[in-house]
Amino acid sequence: MATLVLDDEQKMLREAAMRFMAEKAPVAQLRALRDGEGEAYDRATWEAMAEMGFPGALVPEEHGGAGFGHVAMGQIMEAGGRTLAASPLFATGVAGASALMLAGSEAQKAELLPKVAAGELLCALAVDEGMRHTGKAPATTAAPEGDGWKITGQKANVADGGIAGLIVVSAVTPEGATALFLVEAGARGLEVEKVAMADSRDAAILRFEGTPAAALGETGQGAAALASLLDICNAHLAAELIGIAGRAFEDTLAYVQERKQFGVTIASFQAIQHRAAHLFGEIEQARSLVLAALSGLDEGAEGLPRLISAAKAKAAAVADLATNEGVQLHGGVGMTDAFDIGLFMKRARPAAQLFGDERYHAARFATLSGY
Amino acid sequence: MFDLEDFRAETRAWLEENCPASMREPVRSEADICWGGRNFEFKNEDQRLWLDRMAAKGWTAPTWPEQYGGGGLSPEQAKVLREEMARINAREPLKSFGISMVGPAIIKWGSEELKQQHLPKICRGEIRWCQGYSEPGAGSDLAGLQTKAEDKGDHYLINGQKIWTSYAHKADWIFCLVRTSWEGKKQEGITLILFDMETPGVEARPIRLISGASVFCETFFTDVKADKKQVVGEVNKGWTYAKYILTHEREMVSAIGGDASAVDALGVQSLDSVGADELGRLDDPILRGDIARWEIDQLGFRLTLERAKDEAKAGEGVGHYSALLKYAGTELNKRRLELKVAAEGAGGLAWEGQAWRNGALAKEWLRSKANSIEGGTSEVQLGIIAKNVLGMK
Repeated sequence: MATLVLDDEQKMLREAAMRFMAEKAPVAQLRALRDGEGEAYDRATWEAMAEMGFPGALVPEEHGGAGFGHVAMGQIMEAGGRTLAASPLFATGVAGASALMLAGSEAQKAELLPKVAAGELLCALAVDEGMRHTGKAPATTAAPEGDGWKITGQKANVADGGIAGLIVVSAVTPEGATALFLVEAGARGLEVEKVAMADSRDAAILRFEGTPAAALGETGQGAAALASLLDICNAHLAAELIGIAGRAFEDTLAYVQERKQFGVTIASFQAIQHRAAHLFGEIEQARSLVLAALSGLDEGAEGLPRLISAAKAKAAAVADLATNEGVQLHGGVGMTDAFDIGLFMKRARPAAQLFGDERYHAARFATLSGY
Repeated sequence: MFDLEDFRAETRAWLEENCPASMREPVRSEADICWGGRNFEFKNEDQRLWLDRMAAKGWTAPTWPEQYGGGGLSPEQAKVLREEMARINAREPLKSFGISMVGPAIIKWGSEELKQQHLPKICRGEIRWCQGYSEPGAGSDLAGLQTKAEDKGDHYLINGQKIWTSYAHKADWIFCLVRTSWEGKKQEGITLILFDMETPGVEARPIRLISGASVFCETFFTDVKADKKQVVGEVNKGWTYAKYILTHEREMVSAIGGDASAVDALGVQSLDSVGADELGRLDDPILRGDIARWEIDQLGFRLTLERAKDEAKAGEGVGHYSALLKYAGTELNKRRLELKVAAEGAGGLAWEGQAWRNGALAKEWLRSKANSIEGGTSEVQLGIIAKNVLGMK
């Protein structure tokens, strides 16, 4: 088994990402975006992220990326989770880049990956068709048309669906195979309905009516590519959830060490101490799972889907616990918009829901374990 | 530097030749565990042979110095030995509180005389040790212990009572916390002393437990004479040594949560008693979910054990992992047995009879309830994490 500590390069990247997010994409920025009239992300911050190489962290150097790998990208995702950085990093740098790398033809990779790595082309991954992830094959259909394809159907809960220039869509071919397709923003017959979510990020319902599309790579390999793609997405969402849980916990710990009642800090009360200690232990154990999942992706470990489901399930459960305990231990002020803890709660849930929540992944874990 | 791969090859060959076939089978009951000691009855000749051969190599205590009967192995070599033993499912040749608890303290603080007297016998499994810590009035508040040791020149005169002394009725020697001073803070008057359980005035009475077994004792000391030379380290500094031993104990107990025999198997094993639906899923959806959550938590725990070791090697880490792991590991083991009993239905609660392995599961389930009490309760561990790791006060 791989060692569960970061190497020097990964540590440096982690520190750089933590610094970047704290300075350039703090929680205050999310508040400003939420309360402003503009887009759900800040273009200048995204350009700065691209300069840091974040969107291309998974993209190989030959296609203009940095080729840092999944453990490294996971550190960036965690850092973003810690400040609720509202950016296209996940949908573009993780989902979009991985879809192209897993399924794309050489020509598609050569054309599109450099743009993704440079942050110039935003992506979205349109898989789910209802508001809950089910893991079922798509009902959306793809039919050949001329040199390409046309897509008909509906996709829901598409992260960055309203801002992406390139949408990766799963659909079923006339032969009954699940395959991935590329649809350009603004294509004929594509309707985008933005859905305002609790986390103030961009999400959308997409409706396709004979929308022109290009097959991403070979249509016959789509199902396997999609499964691997969702595993990658879930490992990185789990990393973000660890960031959310970790920061929610630290903010809460700081608060109880400050807040006085009965003439002493509430951190001196055993009732509070035991809850905090339990939460700390849960976060550390979830962190181990997420690190194992990320390094498993880098090394192609056996039983990876099962490990990733375990990591997503545990990270989601721990983020729920950390934000629920966080609000409770903040007391009345935890319910106010002025404190950040509620914002962590409002991001933890959508991040967990995307591509399967704790229950979905616990059940998948059981299936993959043979029971 | 000695090449690790050479060491692995030699170790593999040696184990292949020296580990008897019956010592490569899973431990099925208490009788399969070799505790050693003056009065230990070996279950069979293989068990004795395996202990003697491993002890002759110093591999009952692989990392202890060779001069005291240990193997003198580096941590990396010891890991290779563990891996090679695991490869052939070799049993531990000896389970010993001497090796896991008092030995490390003697190595760290004991006099040369104590080292020479005790360590080789521990390594050879000749002396079985018990731990004299808890008292009726000093459980979680261990430093409040009252067992009195009066200075009588060349010896101490010990009077008092210990409780929950594991296997005191089978042990040869005890490492015992006694009060040598009533001055100042209660932690500053404690001494760690060793004495023979056959010393006049020592009496161990087994306590019958809810599982029906009697692994714990009440241990009484009436005018017990203990040689002053048997004090470990300095008089009145015993609290420091006691905490050090407790850290080792916590690590030993927390390993229970990562028990390899329980790994990955609970859900699949439960198919036998619960059955499967048409899709092959455990035919009780709520139990299936509970088991999946347990297996996920256990995987996280096992990976955290690994991470703690990796971080220790790299010289980093969050520190105080032992309290966290003790808490998490023991709570996991309790949950495991609740789920196992649930999966077996009423059969998991049968107490006697061949069909139910004489109630082995029910008794194991009840035994597990002590996991989060012994070696410091879960609440004590949470307090340690809150105060020492999180700085809450």
